[in-house]
Amino acid sequence: MKKPVTTSMNGSRRNFISKAAAVGTLTVAPGVFLHKAAAAELEVEIVEIDIVEPDLNTSRSTRPLDQDVSNKNRWGMLIDTNKCATGCTDCVDACNQENGLEGKTGPQDTQYIRKVTLKSKSTGHETSLPLMCQHCETAPCADVCPTGASFVRADGIALVDKHICIGCRYCMMACPYKARSFVHEDIKNQKLSAPRGKGTVEACTMCVTRVDNGGLPACVEACTAENHNAMIFGDLKDPDSPISVELRKRGGKQLRSDLALNTGVRYQGLNE
Amino acid sequence: MSKIEYTSVEGKSPAYFALLGSLGLMVLIGLLSAYYMEHHGHHVTGMTNQIVWGLPHVFAIFLIVAASGALNVASIASVFSKKIYEPMARLSALLAVALLAGGLVVLLLDLGRPDRLIIAMTYYNFKSIFAWNIILYTGFFAFVGVYLWTMMDHNVYKFKKYAGFSAFIWRLILTTGTGSIFGFLVARSAYDAAIMAPMFVIMSFAFGLAIFLLVLMASYKWTGMELGDAVLRRLRNLLGVFVAAVLYFTVVYHLTNLYATQHHGFERFMLLDGGIYTNVFWIGEVLIGGLIPLAMIYAPGLKDNRTSLGFICLMIILGGMAKVYTILIAGQAYPMELFPGYEVSSSFYDGMVNSYSPSLPEFLLGISGMAMAILIVVFALKVLRFLPASLADAVVDPHAAK
Amino acid sequence: MTRFLRLIYVLFGLMLLSTPAMAETPFPTVHEPSDESLKCIQPEDEMRRNHMKYILHERDETMHEGIRGEAEGLSSCIDCHVEPNEKGEIAGIESKEHFCNACHQYAAVQIDCFQCHADRPQKYIKRNTHSSSLKQQLQQTLAASEVSDKEANQ
Repeated sequence: MKKPVTTSMNGSRRNFISKAAAVGTLTVAPGVFLHKAAAAELEVEIVEIDIVEPDLNTSRSTRPLDQDVSNKNRWGMLIDTNKCATGCTDCVDACNQENGLEGKTGPQDTQYIRKVTLKSKSTGHETSLPLMCQHCETAPCADVCPTGASFVRADGIALVDKHICIGCRYCMMACPYKARSFVHEDIKNQKLSAPRGKGTVEACTMCVTRVDNGGLPACVEACTAENHNAMIFGDLKDPDSPISVELRKRGGKQLRSDLALNTGVRYQGLNE
Repeated sequence: MSKIEYTSVEGKSPAYFALLGSLGLMVLIGLLSAYYMEHHGHHVTGMTNQIVWGLPHVFAIFLIVAASGALNVASIASVFSKKIYEPMARLSALLAVALLAGGLVVLLLDLGRPDRLIIAMTYYNFKSIFAWNIILYTGFFAFVGVYLWTMMDHNVYKFKKYAGFSAFIWRLILTTGTGSIFGFLVARSAYDAAIMAPMFVIMSFAFGLAIFLLVLMASYKWTGMELGDAVLRRLRNLLGVFVAAVLYFTVVYHLTNLYATQHHGFERFMLLDGGIYTNVFWIGEVLIGGLIPLAMIYAPGLKDNRTSLGFICLMIILGGMAKVYTILIAGQAYPMELFPGYEVSSSFYDGMVNSYSPSLPEFLLGISGMAMAILIVVFALKVLRFLPASLADAVVDPHAAK
Repeated sequence: MTRFLRLIYVLFGLMLLSTPAMAETPFPTVHEPSDESLKCIQPEDEMRRNHMKYILHERDETMHEGIRGEAEGLSSCIDCHVEPNEKGEIAGIESKEHFCNACHQYAAVQIDCFQCHADRPQKYIKRNTHSSSLKQQLQQTLAASEVSDKEANQ
């Protein structure tokens, strides 16, 4: 049997959808003949459906760069774990590239974002999700930091001011999400937007430079570009932003919600 | 009661210089280790992004906790007016300052950026218990310093009572603060408990007194001055009470955890199948640091036996280190409960017990903090009069001697 | 007391000895950008004295208030003043040739900017940017052919 001709290296979304539709036909078709017929159809007639998904990442920063950030915005993310595939690391790769991380995973290596696999103890159901700094409103890291190097920006992005970080790692002890890493070795040739150095603590910055410039965090961008659409970025304080609308419609769970930290990152599809 | 006569140690014997020299060497090695760690980064230590605080912190916290406890003897004398402790108040205050200095040096040298000490002093986040601790530690030096001054200078002797009282209050706050470093960590199963603060206060009583007793006995033995049994009997009984109290708090802490189902995982890990941590807990913390010394303290056959008392103190110190180790390292090794009801795995070691193998420089840095504390004491005993010329029974407690 | 005085004499003597060495060290000149159309935000004298104030101000504003794009940041200094030499090599921060280190070594003022920031313009940093996207592409190709194989078998 011939393979569909359009399958290529950058297999387009359109093609994938058309295939899915064809397979659907196959499964509902009851008889052998029908089955064959449908399969035969497949060779010659690929129905091209172009579904335009709405862009849910339209809520971006419009602040002029010479003005202060304000608490009129609160940047957040919504992650749909149902759309997040086990084994997919597109967000992680994008993050590593954006921040100049090597992507090593030794116990002393930095990871801003990591893929976590969850297996329900009761049902055995497996879920995969990306985990990074949750950008809490009342962040434990900022509370415990002796110098104020860990802080939450007015627009809800939790950051480390590495200029005044003394490397005590108390924030790492305090973070409920294990979201922070300590730089154990000398680093050279850092990225312009991601300065990082030995002896200080670091974590996901929600790609603050990109966000300030009206862009998306690298992870969200990658997830969307690869058509997984598992991550939405936007302003939680704008009731009309797609992220707020989606949260109102389908809800979103905060991790360790018992701690009442009001996290900026929310998850869908975690039923517990 | 006759006036107490104080003396300094002569400090000219080869043995004195040998002691001073070996302590100095240990400090030097510790400093070199710290330099090595800073130069290469924490890469050369066993500490990771999972075990964030390691052996240096075990030593530092132990020393800081012991520091405030070492002040006990002085406090009992000036705050609770127990005359028999009065002659030892100076040594007690000196030891307190020295231990705190040793602990802080270790804590400081383990920072990722120790060169930024000035930032730690100038940028304060007042919501951080850690920042408060910086003030508490500095204040402790000041209060105990003034207290020592009032004890040693006749012109200000009349203020001694007030100085002693403030130092006493300050030290209670200080240990509460140190305990709260852990008690205020809401995220971790092992730490989030208000009992941490009082437990640290009690720990400080026991650890501090054990070190004080060792220093006291060594000073009098090596200088050939007289140290009567009356003093030691009192201190030994006191030590027994403190060790029992630490055990009591340990039991209450674990019982509370065992009652709450959400902490069962951690308790099972700690008490049953945590491997090395379970061993350190039962053998180190409970047996060596608690039950055995307690039995020895009250064993009638060992009454007035100074060698055994020395061993008891050593065991309490070792057991105390074990206790800090279990609180600190085991608390971090146990995986954080991020997703209740799920088994978790990731490239960042989520959901698994983290392993920690301390490296040599970490240990050397830690031990050098102890050496530094003792070095300060040994040196100070030579330059100022801290030691009563005699602690014979007739001097400290004339009524009992009759 | 005499011992103390003697120590002072010795220190003073050492100072005298070291002056000729100091005199021989040439006053460092800053590297001017080869593109002569570029102008610094302030005259050289002002920058020599007060560059840290500009940088510090910009640093805190950017870090905490998110104000970006001003020309007063450290990276702007680096972008103009750090360039490859005739051989195409760039002197790193540990070198005396480096724009910042030339003066800072002379003045014996230690800076820790470059423990976190790159000591050269981004355009001179070679990065392995394609490796991960290549890997991704390969994975996609494999995944796509797997899907079509399955279909083929049905």
